[in-house]
Amino acid sequence: MATTIETKGNALTYETIEAEAGLKAALAMSRADLVDFVRDSDLKGRGGAGFPTGMKWGFCAAEKADQKYIICNADEGEPGTFKDRVILTRFADLVFEGMTIGGRAIGASLGIIYLRAEYTYLRPHLNEVIQARRGAGLLGHNILGVEGFDFDILVAMGAGAYVCGEETALIESLEGFRGEPRNRPPFPVVAGLLNNPTVVNNVETLASVAAIFAKGTDWFKTFGTDKSTGYKLFSISGDCEKPGVYEFPWGITLASLLEEVGGTGAKAVQIGGASGVCVPARDFTRALAFEDIPTGGSVMVIGADRDILDVAENFLDFFVEESCGQCTPCRLGNVQMLEAVKLLKKGECPPEFLAAVKDLGGTMQVASKCGLGQTSPSAFLSILEGFDDEIANRAPSA
Amino acid sequence: MATTTLKQEQLRTDVEALVEKLGPGRSSLIPILTDVKRRFHEVDSESMQTIADVLDIHPVEVYSVASFYAFLHGAPEGQFVIRLCGTLSCDFAGKDAVADALKNELGVGFDESTDDGLFTLEWASCVGMCDQGPALLVNDQVHTRVTPETAREIVAACRAAAAAEEG
Repeated sequence: MATTIETKGNALTYETIEAEAGLKAALAMSRADLVDFVRDSDLKGRGGAGFPTGMKWGFCAAEKADQKYIICNADEGEPGTFKDRVILTRFADLVFEGMTIGGRAIGASLGIIYLRAEYTYLRPHLNEVIQARRGAGLLGHNILGVEGFDFDILVAMGAGAYVCGEETALIESLEGFRGEPRNRPPFPVVAGLLNNPTVVNNVETLASVAAIFAKGTDWFKTFGTDKSTGYKLFSISGDCEKPGVYEFPWGITLASLLEEVGGTGAKAVQIGGASGVCVPARDFTRALAFEDIPTGGSVMVIGADRDILDVAENFLDFFVEESCGQCTPCRLGNVQMLEAVKLLKKGECPPEFLAAVKDLGGTMQVASKCGLGQTSPSAFLSILEGFDDEIANRAPSA
Repeated sequence: MATTTLKQEQLRTDVEALVEKLGPGRSSLIPILTDVKRRFHEVDSESMQTIADVLDIHPVEVYSVASFYAFLHGAPEGQFVIRLCGTLSCDFAGKDAVADALKNELGVGFDESTDDGLFTLEWASCVGMCDQGPALLVNDQVHTRVTPETAREIVAACRAAAAAEEG
């Protein structure tokens, strides 16, 4: 354990996965079968975007190049998300096992884990685990005796930039540049790190890959819904009795989740962090799943006594700070939205200004290059929609 | 000037050693900046010039990168950088009271440093301790469930560590 700080929650499936069972199963298959196996599991990216992992690996495997990379995205910066910290603390081997399987599948000999600067205290632990894996023949040359299968993993550090969780910004950062997202295409699977084909997967995605190879795709599909297979780790915080990291199958309703964590009576739940949406209590029958409310797992419970505009203000403060500044709608739009929230709090926001800002939010969603800009208005717009009564009926302050 | 030159010579040797270890490519820039920042608590323009020389890039490129990242900005920082998490969950858990306690104890505001060069106070975007806020980082170390009282104790422990170091 790299840190003695323990996060509570419920029992995690990762605890039941036999060490290296996934890697051994994978090494008994052909390379092409590895991609098909992941495709068959219907695993979707656990970072939030939900791109099918098997498809991503398939694109990269099809590229012809001397050098390819698999990157583990451990730049867990979405506000309210901390499940990757717990996975890296308790199940780092599983993550590296997943990376090794990925390296085999796409034909990469090097894996890099990009760890956010705020988690620097985890770095010695990760290096120890990597070193132990080298010693055990699980990394290095001819892994587990498989002739010609060479793969190693390095830890690279971020330096404090939320936008670097976006995969092309992350790659820019690894190359020693400002973490500004690239235009796509080309996608990283074609031209990523140093222009080589690169797969970027979230920490939890890679741990799940190892679990799927250990237990099989049929097992994985027994969890979740038709369109969202498997289980998911949720980072639950805010106004509830038992915050922590919880595993639930996809498809759980917000009402059941709140019951589990002692958060009944909440007036709203913010799903997906600052870039996510605010769901009012009347919609707690909705489910967490790719086909309903998709999420990377951040769940912030908002208690009955909170001012919903404080929530909007907190997130917009965050985006004003974290916008990389490349795209004008995002750079300036978030400042305007923050201004609107401040006026709304005072009961002094002219309706025309509010309408203009809503319109601007729509522009930001379509005219920003990366996910940060596209999603930054989401929380505010969902709050305006869901809490019209609370906002509109505010008396002007003296 | 003489002392500055000495520092730059030392820095050049150190940066060259790092490049030896990390490789001559541009990818070494962020690890180098992180290391320089950690040891000197700032990256001044002469240091940027030295790093640029060793990596064979323009110094403005070094500035451009350093100014982008929250942990690398060039301005002088205290020996202990305290970053208090400003995110919603830590806000609900009472971060404002901790912020006030830190401001009072240190006598500076956010984005400011104490005159003795010991402390810099900053806001952090989420530090990933949302289940046990308010949370803060002191350099690389994380503290959780911080109260105004424990915040003052954390500051006192830093002061004691600095005093012990001075002998």
